[in-house]
Amino acid sequence: MSAEIPEAASAEEQKEMEDKVTSPEKAEEAKLKARYPHLGQKPGGSDFLRKRLQKGQKYFDSGDYNMAKAKMKNKQLPTAAPDKTEVTGDHIPTPQDLPQRKPSLVASKLAG
Amino acid sequence: MLPGIGTLIQDMLWCFCQMKGTIEFGSTEADIISTVEFNHTGELLATGDKGGRVVIFQREQESKNQVHRRGEYNVYSTFQSHEPEFDYLKSLEIEEKINKIRWLPQQNAAYFLLSTNDKTVKLWKVSERDKRPEGYNLKDEEGRLRDPSTITTLRVPVLRPMDLMVEATPRRVFANAHTYHINSISVNSDYETYMSADDLRINLWNFEITNQSFNIVDIKPANMEELTEVITAAEFHPHHCNTFVYSSSKGTIRLCDMRTSALCDRHTKFFEEPEDPSNRSFFSEIISSISDVKFSHSGRYIMTRDYLTVKVWDLNMENRPIETYQVHDYLRSKLCSLYENDCIFDKFECVWNGSDSVIMTGSYNNFFRMFDRNTKRDVTLEASRENSKPRAILKPRKVCVGGKRRKDEISVDSLDFSKKILHTAWHPSENIIAVAATNNLYIFQDKVN
Repeated sequence: MSAEIPEAASAEEQKEMEDKVTSPEKAEEAKLKARYPHLGQKPGGSDFLRKRLQKGQKYFDSGDYNMAKAKMKNKQLPTAAPDKTEVTGDHIPTPQDLPQRKPSLVASKLAG
Repeated sequence: MLPGIGTLIQDMLWCFCQMKGTIEFGSTEADIISTVEFNHTGELLATGDKGGRVVIFQREQESKNQVHRRGEYNVYSTFQSHEPEFDYLKSLEIEEKINKIRWLPQQNAAYFLLSTNDKTVKLWKVSERDKRPEGYNLKDEEGRLRDPSTITTLRVPVLRPMDLMVEATPRRVFANAHTYHINSISVNSDYETYMSADDLRINLWNFEITNQSFNIVDIKPANMEELTEVITAAEFHPHHCNTFVYSSSKGTIRLCDMRTSALCDRHTKFFEEPEDPSNRSFFSEIISSISDVKFSHSGRYIMTRDYLTVKVWDLNMENRPIETYQVHDYLRSKLCSLYENDCIFDKFECVWNGSDSVIMTGSYNNFFRMFDRNTKRDVTLEASRENSKPRAILKPRKVCVGGKRRKDEISVDSLDFSKKILHTAWHPSENIIAVAATNNLYIFQDKVN
């Protein structure tokens, strides 16, 4: 830490500088905010929790799918970009988009 | 054989005993172990995995000839507990991953355990069959029905010995009681009831009744926009059947008494450590979220695990823990990248030894930590294939935080964050531990001199 703190620096700025030096956590926070300036005003609050509560949500809707198919008889249904792995509400998923869930028929390797 | 009473960490050496699971390629995500639990005598050890399967190991009887080699755990039974499901009404995919297994105390020849995924709890009965009836009148030996007109004599079927068969059958299915994801189950000391907890609610069940459960805690706000915390873990008191605790994502623990009211939304005790507001950062709340809460065997203390520490609380003192142990404080300067790779949300569990003198929890790089509450000494050990020779003594590991790294130390930047030990278990009365390292189960014992 530099010994030549300019006379004009306010007490607040000084404390902020001290915080960054003494608290690794605050330094990490500064790093994160620098990378993601729009990161939630409510840290650890509703956004995280709602994401946690919504785990497992898949958006295939057979009604939407069939209606879209009926409207666009000759055209292709809007599909997700090939690299998108998560099915969201933005496009009309096809049954092929949803990952196949097969039950585990193979025995656990711990029992081998 | 020394019971685990008052053994000091510096006197205790841990040896490799067994490793279960494959070491070659070919292990899939389904093989990731998601829960480990000894039964009440330590004779059985159950594991659940992401593929919905349960494997139960049984300790073999010790032979008088090999006193130095204590009983090994061998496969006793394995079954598919849960299957993946799709809730079409809510467009919700339900994972088959086994979140928790809890054993019931043994009351007859059969063993009973509860296993749960995100939505459904099941009671499994594991029983042995070593006799088979033979000599039926109406069926032949292959089970085909005999023509009654050919039967001229009557005989009494007899039981004959057969090769031991271990069967697991689902005896109860407790479904459709949780809107959110189940994180905990806990068997009550009355052996008649148990609770299941999800993010916002806790339900009380009777083992005999599957179509009803009592809601005993409901923290869902009327307006979901106001949601500030969720339930992260819950457990019944080991002796008092009216008492239970639940932990939250805000780092608090509530103790509730079911005698006070039917709905225990108002806690009897509230455990929270005061925080210095000047230390608060973006990460504060996330790393204070409690991932596990466990009563001591004595019932006097509770232990909580948050991202960086393990804390022991005295039930009689709500305003701060009596002990705080740093698990991996060097991660504090890595929180930014741990947030980006989601590791900051990893849910580590913690366990007591049989005498409540030592506590254990996992970390990254397949490290796990033990803290002796009496001597205040701690040790870091590693579950690795390199240390997998029979009776090989585990060497303590050390993480180098800064400056010069010694030969045996590992630097924080070299830690493998994909190798996380989230689940461990300690035998109820002996110094035998089970450590789940992704898809492998390690069993360690203390060295017998």
